[in-house]
Amino acid sequence: MADITIPKNLAVSDSGFLFLTSTGETFTLNEIGHFIFKQFQQNDSFETVKNKIAQEYEVDLNSLEKDLDDFIAQLKAYNLIETK
Amino acid sequence: MTKKRYERPIIIKHISGLMNKFGSNPTASYKSDIDGVAVEKLVEKFGSPLFVISEKQLRQNQREAYRIFKTRYPKVQFAWSYKTNYLNAVCSVFHQENSWAEVVSEFEYEKARRLGIKGEHIIFNGPDKSREALLRAMKEKAKIHIDHFDELYTIIELTEAEKLKAKVAIRVNMDVGIYPMWDRFGFNFENGEAWQAIKRIIAAKNLELVGLHTHIGTYMMSAEAYRVAAINLGTLAKKIKNDFDKVIEYIDLGGGFASHNTLLGQYLPAEQVVPSIEQFADSISSGLFELSFTNEEMPTLILETGRALVDDAGFLISSVIANKRLSDGRRAVIIDAGVNLLFTSFWYKHKISPAQPNGSYTENTTIYGPLCMNIDCIQDSIALPALKVGEKIVIHYVGAYDMTQWMQFIAMRPNVVMVMENGSVELIRKAENIDYLMERERVPEKLLLKKK
Ligand SMILES: Cc1ncc(COP(=O)(O)O)c(C=O)c1O
Repeated sequence: MADITIPKNLAVSDSGFLFLTSTGETFTLNEIGHFIFKQFQQNDSFETVKNKIAQEYEVDLNSLEKDLDDFIAQLKAYNLIETK
Repeated sequence: MTKKRYERPIIIKHISGLMNKFGSNPTASYKSDIDGVAVEKLVEKFGSPLFVISEKQLRQNQREAYRIFKTRYPKVQFAWSYKTNYLNAVCSVFHQENSWAEVVSEFEYEKARRLGIKGEHIIFNGPDKSREALLRAMKEKAKIHIDHFDELYTIIELTEAEKLKAKVAIRVNMDVGIYPMWDRFGFNFENGEAWQAIKRIIAAKNLELVGLHTHIGTYMMSAEAYRVAAINLGTLAKKIKNDFDKVIEYIDLGGGFASHNTLLGQYLPAEQVVPSIEQFADSISSGLFELSFTNEEMPTLILETGRALVDDAGFLISSVIANKRLSDGRRAVIIDAGVNLLFTSFWYKHKISPAQPNGSYTENTTIYGPLCMNIDCIQDSIALPALKVGEKIVIHYVGAYDMTQWMQFIAMRPNVVMVMENGSVELIRKAENIDYLMERERVPEKLLLKKK
């Protein structure tokens, strides 16, 4: 179940370039940021995304959880995601 | 299966009109050692936060400044401005480099004496000198710089009552094109007040007028202002010679040369906008030479340079306590050094470096201190890479005024060490503790919970 949704007026390019059509704001994501965003677009839950990263990347779970929380807080502040 | 290298997820918002891309990063460099001693080692041994002073840098600054002035004007004497940093070890380095002491209070005067400075090598400035302090200064032949007429008359009265002589100078304030003009100290040049004070001193038989002093301001960005100041004091010296046949021993132009710290609100880094010591020296010497003093009249030039000699020799090491995201999405870092240790953060945008490589992605970050007070903000916005809890940062250029204006407030003052020229590290001020704090206090008997 998706606990994170992405607003409709948002476009993401293959290179991690983000465009918010409602405001004209643009953003850039780094590789892992882009990866996470794609998972959210596929309606993956926070837990699923976390586990996928932990499988693919060399990182301990605590650090990952902190970084993810922080990343999500930032996305929320920029109105790029909505959480339930 | 080998896993991919992890890097924390990052999103960067583009700001229209400004270049910003990944990797552009003014603080990508890090500072992992001070004069070859690892930050990590320093903290391990002396704790965090920690003030670190470089002996090498202090000496280099003083020698360089002396050389610059001495190659432009033949008679130069520096007097270390105690209030800028009066840790004994710091003063002692300057004294070993032949600086006199410039003090503005009785305890600073006493410090200088305890460090072995002779009275005649003390310049006693400031508006508050008690009768006892004045008497002592007279007996020890210190150079008393008179701030106001009340002080002048007290000195006259004391010399008469005690049958003493006093070596004095006057502090002069003047318009050198700097706003705001510092006119609260000393006697005004333009309206004739300074000349009136000079005449009164010359007429007093127990007072000897040995010098003329001014301090036009602090963190001065104009070298030209010093040329004007030098000419004004030189003109007074010439007039004293002319009218009273009295040769003035020295002209003291005070301190005030800007250091490499960038002021809040200043767009370009200080390195690019503040005049160099060479430029200040050029202005001052050209001003003095315009007056064409004869050899026997030529006054010694005294300089009370403070921040420009000590700022870049001081560092504050601090550790990350926590990372935060503020409500508007901004990153914030809490460190273990607060504004009680870094008074200068109220007017400087300090240069701050991570003490370890933290990657090249930076984010605008607000740095807060550990005090539970809203004012405890070390820097409002600085590009910093992600720092983990416990990692260190180094705050640069904190040698001036921080270690004198610091206070014990919520947190106590930490250790101060000096990295010596030979690479050894000496503790020069011990961290405060609860005993130190409570030693001065007394609780009235009836308030005691634990009865004796
Ligand atoms: C009389 C006097 N001399 C010297 C100084 C040192 O000034 P700075 O640290 O700006 O060089 C000061 C500081 O305000 C001062 O008041």
